Amino acid sequence: MEPVGLNAFLMVGAIMFVCGIVCMAIKRNAIGVLMGVELVLNGANLNFVAFARYTPFGLDGQIFALFVIVLAAAEAAVALAIALNFYNNHLTIDVDRGNELQG
Amino acid sequence: MDTGTVLRNLLTLAWLLPLAGFVAEIYALQLRWSHRLSKAPAQLAVACIGAGFICSLSALLYWGSATNWEAWSPQHHGHHADAGHDTGHADAHHDADAAPADAMHPADGADVAAHADDSHDKAEAHHPKFYAGTFYRLAKFGSLDFTLDWYIDSLTLVMFTMVTFIATCIHLFAMGYMKDELTEEYEDHEVHLPGGHHFTRPGRFHRFFAFLSLFCFSMLGLVLAGNIFQVFIFWELVGVCSFLLIGFYVERHSASTAANKAFIMNRVGDFGFLIGLMILITSLGTFRFFDSVENGVEQTGLFTLVRGNDGQLDVSDAPSAVNSVVYLRDSQGHRLVDGTQPRTISYMLLIAAGLGVFAGSIGKSAQFPLQTWLPDAMEGPTPVSALVHSATMVAAGVYLAGRFYPMFPPEVLLGIAYIGCITAFLAATIAIVATDIKKVLAYSTISQLGYMMLGIGVGGWSAGLFHLVTHAFFKSLMFLASGSVIAGCHHEQDMRKMGGLRHKMPITAYTMLIGVIAIAGLAIPGSAALFGQPIAFSGFHSKDAIVATALAFTELNPNSLHSILFIVPLVTAGITAFYMFRLWFMTFAGQPRDEHVYEHAHENPPIMTMPLLILSVLAAGCALGGEEGWLFSLISYSESFPLHAALSSHRVTDIVIPSHPDVLRVHGTAGGLALLAAFAGMIVAYLLYCRKVVNPDDIRRQAGGVYDFLVDKWRFDTLYDAAFVRPAHSVAYWCQAFDKTVLDVVLHASAAVTVVVARWERLFDEGMVDGLVNLVGNTTTSFGRSLRVVQTGQLRQYIMWIAVGVVVLFAALYTTLPK
Repeated sequence: MEPVGLNAFLMVGAIMFVCGIVCMAIKRNAIGVLMGVELVLNGANLNFVAFARYTPFGLDGQIFALFVIVLAAAEAAVALAIALNFYNNHLTIDVDRGNELQG
Repeated sequence: MDTGTVLRNLLTLAWLLPLAGFVAEIYALQLRWSHRLSKAPAQLAVACIGAGFICSLSALLYWGSATNWEAWSPQHHGHHADAGHDTGHADAHHDADAAPADAMHPADGADVAAHADDSHDKAEAHHPKFYAGTFYRLAKFGSLDFTLDWYIDSLTLVMFTMVTFIATCIHLFAMGYMKDELTEEYEDHEVHLPGGHHFTRPGRFHRFFAFLSLFCFSMLGLVLAGNIFQVFIFWELVGVCSFLLIGFYVERHSASTAANKAFIMNRVGDFGFLIGLMILITSLGTFRFFDSVENGVEQTGLFTLVRGNDGQLDVSDAPSAVNSVVYLRDSQGHRLVDGTQPRTISYMLLIAAGLGVFAGSIGKSAQFPLQTWLPDAMEGPTPVSALVHSATMVAAGVYLAGRFYPMFPPEVLLGIAYIGCITAFLAATIAIVATDIKKVLAYSTISQLGYMMLGIGVGGWSAGLFHLVTHAFFKSLMFLASGSVIAGCHHEQDMRKMGGLRHKMPITAYTMLIGVIAIAGLAIPGSAALFGQPIAFSGFHSKDAIVATALAFTELNPNSLHSILFIVPLVTAGITAFYMFRLWFMTFAGQPRDEHVYEHAHENPPIMTMPLLILSVLAAGCALGGEEGWLFSLISYSESFPLHAALSSHRVTDIVIPSHPDVLRVHGTAGGLALLAAFAGMIVAYLLYCRKVVNPDDIRRQAGGVYDFLVDKWRFDTLYDAAFVRPAHSVAYWCQAFDKTVLDVVLHASAAVTVVVARWERLFDEGMVDGLVNLVGNTTTSFGRSLRVVQTGQLRQYIMWIAVGVVVLFAALYTTLPK
């Protein structure tokens, strides 16, 4: 079986990233937006790991990926808490309703 | 403790106590130690000056016992008389020896004592002539040294005792005299307000005594001073006190004007004093009277520099006095050298310095031509006139002339004699026509001060200062008696409204009579032949001494002009007796002239009459024994150099100063003539004012021109008014006109220009500067407002923009960056 190259990984990462972005842009449900964020982060993670594997940068990419996972976990915790509070105040988690900070 | 330290401590205490009193009295009200109705300030002042008197008297007695009383008997005249014959013989030998370092004034110069080291048989007479030293160094700039020194000789001790004693009496008197001031509402009847009211103010009892205390401090400091600069400091201080006390009733226009006049006329004299000081410091480099030792180096004092150790002026041979110089010498009599050149002072400079310092005396002692301030100074309360303007401050000028005597070359002495002579006569003639009881006494004071100056000028150093002390007693007595009359007659001072008052106030009248007899110089004729010495009050002895010296002087200097130096004081003695008895007869004898005044007259309480009684005893008896008595001996003990010996061999002038034997030879003649003149004056006064043989008004009408001339005080005030006051006024008028027409116009124009410029500047500020700043602010605001719409609050929109932005950025980078 022919080994999979770097480009294949980058392609998958890019698709995940674009899917994440599109998910964030079109979902009105806050949970959906969070899921889009996860897709974006993991798409970027895939790139880090792929570069760590196929380039001479060594383990740096993998360590970055670990950091991003930890960061994503923390971000998800905070974001879910915000979503819960948002729901308590607005009885909905539609992000379009959260426009109090408009200029 | 050695004698000098004891004397210094006692006199310093006497000197500083009134200062402490002054501070306590002036702050008494502010600090609520006392209130306006309390007599405590006066009691404090009396306590301070009384304690000062006790200190001074103990110092005098301590010094007497330490010197075996040798200064109290006339023996020490002996060597002066001898020295008159063998001139050039070292007589007074100054010997400076450093005392052990004193903790009070370390390294400031050691104590110095000069020894009267007689070259003949009196081997035991090793008591120093004077004690001197330094309290404190004020500043030192290179060789210029400003110090507070002390200088104590018998003259200092006598002056201290006299000043503190008289001051104590006058303080006591003033407690009674000034009791009107013990009130919250003092109504000044001399100050008329519009609407017929009198001026009222709070009483100033405490302030009066504070000023008196300050004056006592200043006067004693002047006497104790050990250098001429320090004398000048206290000289100005007594001037200030005089100013404050003359102007005590400051709301009265006459009083404030008199205070200004006194101060300004004294400035004229003090200007000369300052010039003298400048000459001394630039040519001689020191202000000290005495030799001192500093860091083992002898610092020669003024007197030794000029007079050496033998009293001679070491004058160079020169064709004229203008070119000659005086060599400066040290205490061994060797000429001082600066490198190889001998240190000298030009003879003319020495004369200028002497005249300058004497100009200060002229101002302070109200001598011709600066005599006009003293009569006006009678605006002050009578105790002030008694203390400041008769007994002590005005005598400070004579004291200075006496203290500075060794520095005066004979030409200056002659000038002093003539000034004194003119003053004595001039003031006596004005006193004849004065009708204000205090003015008569004021002119008599000027006249007697002239006598003292004359005495010093003709070489009678001891005679002049002897008269200073006796005059202080009888004149303070008479001023207090006149104060008693004024207080008893409810502030009536015009003698023409008095008369017969001896029935109403006997103590005042008869104590005053003692003073009058003393100043007139009356004695019992023939008593000298019967009892060995004349029986008379103090004024006779001292005036006698002066007149005798003047006669000896004119005999030794046969010059028709110099003979007035004897004739004028003789005539003045007669005039003095006349106007003093005129005063007494007009005030106390005869019939009352004004019933109203007589009805309300009364004798004063004991606090005012007791000082009169005490002073009258001293006025009568302080000069007991005359020139053989203790007081004269005590003063003449300090006669530092036998000047008569020094000057007779002088090479610049041909003035001969009489020696003691010369004076003694003519003493009988002069005394007899003076007594004759005094009796003549008294008898004329008796005939005119008691017997009314001739009506004085007729004489006044007969001699109208002379009378007016005398009433106008020889027109000196008119002259000064025309010569100085009016020119000053017209200059001031022109200056004012210049100010108004030129300076003011220029100032106003520049102000107007400034206003116009400022207006333009305001437009520029408001238009340009503010516009620019506002423009920046408005632009920022509108820019921010336009950016507001971007912030929609739509999360999904943000994300879209981010995505679009990334794509655009990527595309831009992709196209622009090189491959």
